[in-house]
Amino acid sequence: MPPSFARFIGRKIIRGFLTVHGLGAFALITAGVMLRKFGVARHVIHPLIRAHLARSGLRMLPMMLFISFALGLVVIGQTVVLLQKFGATEFLGGAMIAVVVRELGPLLTAFIVLSRTGTANVIELGTARALGEIEALEALGIDPIHYYVVPRVIGMALGIFSLTIYLIIGALGSGYLWAFLQDVPLRPGDYFAQLAEALTALDFIILALKTLFFGAIIATVTCYHGLAQPLRLEEVSSATVRAVAQSMVLCVLLDALFIVLYLLA
Amino acid sequence: MSGEPIIELRAVAVPSRREGGCISSEDVNWTVREKEFWVVGGPQGSGKSDLMFLLAGLNRPASGAYTLFGQDMTQHFGDEFLPCRLRVGMVFDDARLLNQLTIAENVALPARYHNDLHADEAETWAGALLKATGLGEFAGQTPGTLARNWRRRVALARALAVRPEVLILENPLRGLDARHAAWWIDFVSQLWRGHELLRGEAMTVILSTDEFQPWRAAGAQFATLELDSRKFVLAGEHAPEDEWSLPQAADEEGT
Repeated sequence: MPPSFARFIGRKIIRGFLTVHGLGAFALITAGVMLRKFGVARHVIHPLIRAHLARSGLRMLPMMLFISFALGLVVIGQTVVLLQKFGATEFLGGAMIAVVVRELGPLLTAFIVLSRTGTANVIELGTARALGEIEALEALGIDPIHYYVVPRVIGMALGIFSLTIYLIIGALGSGYLWAFLQDVPLRPGDYFAQLAEALTALDFIILALKTLFFGAIIATVTCYHGLAQPLRLEEVSSATVRAVAQSMVLCVLLDALFIVLYLLA
Repeated sequence: MSGEPIIELRAVAVPSRREGGCISSEDVNWTVREKEFWVVGGPQGSGKSDLMFLLAGLNRPASGAYTLFGQDMTQHFGDEFLPCRLRVGMVFDDARLLNQLTIAENVALPARYHNDLHADEAETWAGALLKATGLGEFAGQTPGTLARNWRRRVALARALAVRPEVLILENPLRGLDARHAAWWIDFVSQLWRGHELLRGEAMTVILSTDEFQPWRAAGAQFATLELDSRKFVLAGEHAPEDEWSLPQAADEEGT
């Protein structure tokens, strides 16, 4: 192995460790502030939480409904042909639950929220940091983590959770619509009975945990890159790229962890 | 010199904010008593802003002892410092307003946060602050729509929102036209003597400046930060000559 390549790999590994260390510390500080200042300045922080919930949830609902219909089409379109070949259309509901509820729904929602709201987080906070707003808040005795990060973490976690529910409902509903249009001999009652049969209590628990964690991870990573390090205005764009890449990697790793937990349970 | 000492610096080395690990001024020995008015001058780059940031608790001393209202500021830097920090108001040279909020929201924010008030509960107080600083007509605008002159006034109104006892101003006259500069000198003097907005209670005022000249008649005490020796020199009630500004003025005339 050429020495220059070894140095390159070594630098990447060390930088990776430093990033994990920084992110971990930032997440712990945020969790500490969230607990310690739970009831502090409620009339300032609660409207901010509602605003971020609207931004990461409500305002994205039309887009998510469109995507849910498309998702229903994609999954049904691919699986129906296969299942009809083997005369196994009774597994259509199970396939929808496995693909939409357990995997694609939460992950797709997280990536869409990351692309739309997560990037905005880095840009807003990075600009605020570069323009000295953080020091201004400190001078006013306002904790920047409490004011900027906590509402984003709570708002984004609840936003992704809610949007995922809507996405799943839309995709399951549109799935039947597409199956009907493809002349699959399946009555609505049978289809929804298949869905109910495939769903378990663990699905609901894991779905809730997964989406809440996805939201918390995306908000923490994007806020970390916008807020935790001194930035110049020209560095905001590269910080945004780093935040998106790291958020995606962490969400996929968490998703893999949940798959393992699901298989073990 | 009868008031209680509220700020005490002993052999303090002030760290530079721009150049990590560097010291912008050293061996600063200074006592500020309540209701005093101090003007700290020096050429650009002499570390005036670094000293103002340190006084406001935004920086720790690199060495030495800094006591604010009897609290050791080298030890207290977290939430335990909050009651102390709220007794000090800071106005930044570049205002540093929150760009997502309106002018009225910016001014009301500290009072709302620390007293846990609804927006409408803080409206009256924010309105009074805006009126006193001549900003009433801009209440609904965002900072990006205001000129620098006005943005700095918003920062002053915001700093006054929690009724601080000490007001620290980072170069308040820099870049202002004559009309705004005159307003600032008059308003700061009123705050020092006791403005009706703050129930007539006199404030301790510390400000940095590039030129002593505008503040000569304000009744302040003066101190100088020297660029070459990085020393902090107390000058008393008679302002030193603005020697450092002469070459700059000559350069500007030349250009």
